[in-house]
Amino acid sequence: MNQFNYLHPASTDQAVSSASSDGSKFIAGGTTLVDLMKLYVENPSTLVDVNDLPLAQVESLPNGGLRVGAMVRNSDLAFHPTVKEKYAVLSEALLSGASPQLRNMATTGGNLLQRTRCPYFRDVTAGPCNKRNPGTGCSAIDGFNRTMAILGTSDHCIATHPSDMDVAMTALEALIFIEGPKGKRSVPINDFYKLPGDTPHIENVLEPGELITHVEIPPAISTKQHYLKLRDRASYEFALASAAVVARVEGGHIHSVRIAMGGVGTRPWRAHEAEAVLTGKPATPAHFQAAAEAALRGAKPHTENAFKVELAKRCVIRALKVATA
Amino acid sequence: MANGAMDDASLNTATTSIIGAAVPRIDGPFKATGTAQYTADFHFPNLVHAVPVQSTIANGTIRKLDTAKAESMPGVLLVLHKDNIGKLYRVIPNDFSATSSEARPPFEDTRIFYWGQYVAVVIAETLEQATAAAKAVQVEYDSAPASLKPSLADYAGKRKSVSKRGDVNKAYEEAPVKVDQLYVTPVETHNPIEMHASVAVWDGDNVTLYETTQGVWNAKLAMAQILGIPSENVQIITKYLGSGFGGKLFPWPHSAMAAVAAKRLNRPVKLSVNRRMMFSNVGHRPRCEQQMKIGATKDGKLVALRQDYLNHTSFIDDIDEGCGECTPYLYSVPNLEVTSALVQRNTGTPSPMRGPGAVPGLFAMESAMDEMAIALNIDPVELRLRNEPEKDESTGQKFSSRHLKECLETGREKFGWSKRNPAIGSMRGTGSQAGKILGWGMAAASWGAFRFGANASVELCPNGRVCVRSATQDIGTGTYTIFAQVLHDKIGVPLDRIDVFLGDTAHPEGAMSGGSWATASCIPSLVMACDNAKRTLLRLAVETEGSPHHNHDAAKLELTSGFVHPSDQPYHQGIPFEEIIRIARVSGVTGQGRTVSTFEDPKAKDFSLHSYSAVFVEVEWEPDIARLRVSRVVSVIDGGKIINRKAAANQIMGAVVMGVGMGLLEETRYDQRNGQPINGSMADYLVATCPDSPTIDVTFLDYPDLVMNEYGARGVGEIGLAGVAPAITAAVYHATGIRVRELPVRIEDLLKSNIREA
Ligand SMILES: Cc1cc2nc3c(=O)[nH]c(=O)nc-3n(C[C@H](O)[C@H](O)[C@H](O)COP(=O)(O)OP(=O)(O)OC[C@H]3O[C@@H](n4cnc5c(N)ncnc54)[C@H](O)[C@@H]3O)c2cc1C
Ligand code: SF4
Repeated sequence: MNQFNYLHPASTDQAVSSASSDGSKFIAGGTTLVDLMKLYVENPSTLVDVNDLPLAQVESLPNGGLRVGAMVRNSDLAFHPTVKEKYAVLSEALLSGASPQLRNMATTGGNLLQRTRCPYFRDVTAGPCNKRNPGTGCSAIDGFNRTMAILGTSDHCIATHPSDMDVAMTALEALIFIEGPKGKRSVPINDFYKLPGDTPHIENVLEPGELITHVEIPPAISTKQHYLKLRDRASYEFALASAAVVARVEGGHIHSVRIAMGGVGTRPWRAHEAEAVLTGKPATPAHFQAAAEAALRGAKPHTENAFKVELAKRCVIRALKVATA
Repeated sequence: MANGAMDDASLNTATTSIIGAAVPRIDGPFKATGTAQYTADFHFPNLVHAVPVQSTIANGTIRKLDTAKAESMPGVLLVLHKDNIGKLYRVIPNDFSATSSEARPPFEDTRIFYWGQYVAVVIAETLEQATAAAKAVQVEYDSAPASLKPSLADYAGKRKSVSKRGDVNKAYEEAPVKVDQLYVTPVETHNPIEMHASVAVWDGDNVTLYETTQGVWNAKLAMAQILGIPSENVQIITKYLGSGFGGKLFPWPHSAMAAVAAKRLNRPVKLSVNRRMMFSNVGHRPRCEQQMKIGATKDGKLVALRQDYLNHTSFIDDIDEGCGECTPYLYSVPNLEVTSALVQRNTGTPSPMRGPGAVPGLFAMESAMDEMAIALNIDPVELRLRNEPEKDESTGQKFSSRHLKECLETGREKFGWSKRNPAIGSMRGTGSQAGKILGWGMAAASWGAFRFGANASVELCPNGRVCVRSATQDIGTGTYTIFAQVLHDKIGVPLDRIDVFLGDTAHPEGAMSGGSWATASCIPSLVMACDNAKRTLLRLAVETEGSPHHNHDAAKLELTSGFVHPSDQPYHQGIPFEEIIRIARVSGVTGQGRTVSTFEDPKAKDFSLHSYSAVFVEVEWEPDIARLRVSRVVSVIDGGKIINRKAAANQIMGAVVMGVGMGLLEETRYDQRNGQPINGSMADYLVATCPDSPTIDVTFLDYPDLVMNEYGARGVGEIGLAGVAPAITAAVYHATGIRVRELPVRIEDLLKSNIREA
């Protein structure tokens, strides 16, 4: 690990001004950042610790939604009574991720910004990586790519977005609130992440020094929700394919539905096409199948991950089945 | 027993003797409280840290190695590499008195044989400084094309005949029913929780190496050869081991790096191998490709068995995995041949991994037997029973104690096998398994029984305690406790008055912890040492003036529960042994004991010595999402007399969980461009986690094998793993219709099943 400065601001304003210098990084739970620093992948010159900022509350909003502070730990959020009652998909997603110890440290803000598990990205002695070293090339495309993305990839990067929480947040259409040197703004989660294109090192819309203060989750369209995560082993592994479904069913028909997929995209993947296929249709296996086909229509597999196309479809179908039951 | 938890009460009722009882580990409290010192926990004043620099190519030579920047960095004391490491030696090859893992000592020349090979080592005041400086060492290479392809199929060279009888090719041709398939097991990495480490401390010409070794005595002899110093100048200490699975049997190059650095700096040096290095520098189970041909009559009698296996090895060492380990004697078959060959790859040197040879070999053998049972339409248990041999048909020897039939029959009963419907995908779960398809599979297995030379010294101390010393080590399986149990059995003092000293070459040479032979090897030396100490004590009791037994007949005295008493009187009417020691004015009474290896024992030479097991596996399968889990395992073990039921059951359960990893998860993958193990971390190299672990039911048949030692113990470290993977793939086939012949079973395989709904 390189030498770095360590700042411990007490207010959000202070945090933002401390972090605007080049090479600064916020540190929350540290479960992504410290890991990558030890691997020399992240080499910040200054760490701005946000653990003491007053951002650890979960509050109900007048509109029936929920405001989640950036410093709310993944465990606390997963077990929050309102989340369990109204946003079960989020609770399920959080609890399917990592391990209890990690979830106790991991924060809402940090989870939104966790970085890919691509092994070439995570190892500076491995071959070239456009995300780690822009312009050098992508080792995964012709290498180990079993766990890589099949949606939203480019010729420059095929890294999977690893989060479970963010997939549920995408299906719930969360709004991300940001405070930065230029003021405050909010961004819908679906506009927050960028596709890799030819700049895979730029992963989201955050500008230098911008801090995520909280997330607002609007009232869910229904409590019929499910998160399903498929992987090689039963715990402590990132998704090979996952699906978050929120469905409003009326008289056996799907009134409206939100579907997001994890483990298959270069960002949490909202499946608008699948939603369109289902809207107004009876909640039947045939329609689930058609929706799954639509969700994966643009999939572009690589040498080792063609199975993910089929797996993701089956994941979507089962998640729809459970959510609408 | 549910979910792997042992029922202590039921274990305790098994026996009234301490031999066979479920004695908790005597070192358990030290481990639970963190006071047990593992190698990397040793710290000394002035200690400094060593961090290796590793090659980033798989084949070629070092063109230029520039250490200037690293040497100028804060805290850096020394950078060792091929130009300044000085003279290091190879261990004499194929001389089993001392063995190293990798023939090349560190930095022998400029050649690179595998990704991650050590090219330099940086020593600095702190670990962080050494790590940073190691990153700053500049190495330029002349890279050559590397041989990295996983498949070994292109091998066209000679094969060695390992075992042969009858005319297998003719018998196979003529056999009415045949199976001819290729079975592949991938590279697996030993991942003991404790990573390798070496702490070197010199005192003049003498070096003490705190090592993570499964064999302190071998390490002493091997390190003396490597360093070119007399073996009496080398002391090896391994107080506790967080397992090794075979990867820690013999020294690896990092130990010599630590020793040279410590000598050069005249300061203690610690070198910890990190998890990533564990994947490149300290061995692995090689990939094995085995072509199996089995021929049988229509009523299921085997007539031909042919196993042609290949395994990869490094360009440095020839390591034969030995996949034919069990093939020649497991079943009765008149015509048989096993052949082997090695294929070189640019990887580190493979090393034995839990059940070497037998574990991959039995995956092939037992998978082929399952396929044969299906081809014959005979129940797979029945097929094994029909081919039970009378004697070891490869050597003509009698079996010392073989109860494979009873393993199979007991397992069949306990598992409920009679309820099995052999039709694929036909069985449904109920209760918590509702909506899932069940698959049931089984396999038989075996592992050799060995006894190696070993020594122990027992001391009756003036304070009433009993000490035992031996330069063996506890790999984590319970050796400390087994020593204490034997002493308690022989001398009778309670366990809390017994001190067991292991893991130090200051003690008499003991057995290596490998091959499941530590227990069997230690017992005779312990029994003999106890008997000798006892004999001397009783002699003192009758010869010493003032002793209540003075001038009695020593043959009529006994030592019971620590009391010396006449045989015809209750022990508490005698006197404590420490009284005799006091009256005799001696410092204590010692007895030495020695074990003769089975290879040198004329009595053992007539016997085929092996353990056996039968494994029954249930998988639950959700076809719509291709989700498969091993839900239940019944393992019946014929491992001789069990000395400690708790420790033994722990071995079998752990092995079953490891078998789930082997069956469904584990594979080390090398990047085909540079040879880097690309999944070299515990997040990326998948092993079974708690939720992946099935309910495990362990049964020990507990037949003593008296050829082995006076209790009849063989050893159970490896037998529990052999058989698990083929039983899993048999169950997977039964559930899904997919026969997986290349491990691990993957979601990719399961998605091919025609069954889409439960
Ligand atoms: C072994 C392992 C297994 C895991 N398995 C899973 C899994 O199965 N599923 C899953 O979803 N996740 C998994 N994770 C990832 C885990 O969820 C994330 O590491 C965690 O959510 C990150 O949160 P943190 O608070 O620790 O972030 P940190 O490491 O502190 O920060 C991560 C990034 O976010 C930035 N940051 C943090 N807070 C803010 C803020 N308020 N504003 C702006 N920037 C900020 C930091 O600068 C940094 O770049 C796993 C992690 C590990 C180590
Ligand atoms: S997939 Fe992306 S992160 Fe992985 S090597 Fe390629 S560029 Fe780097």
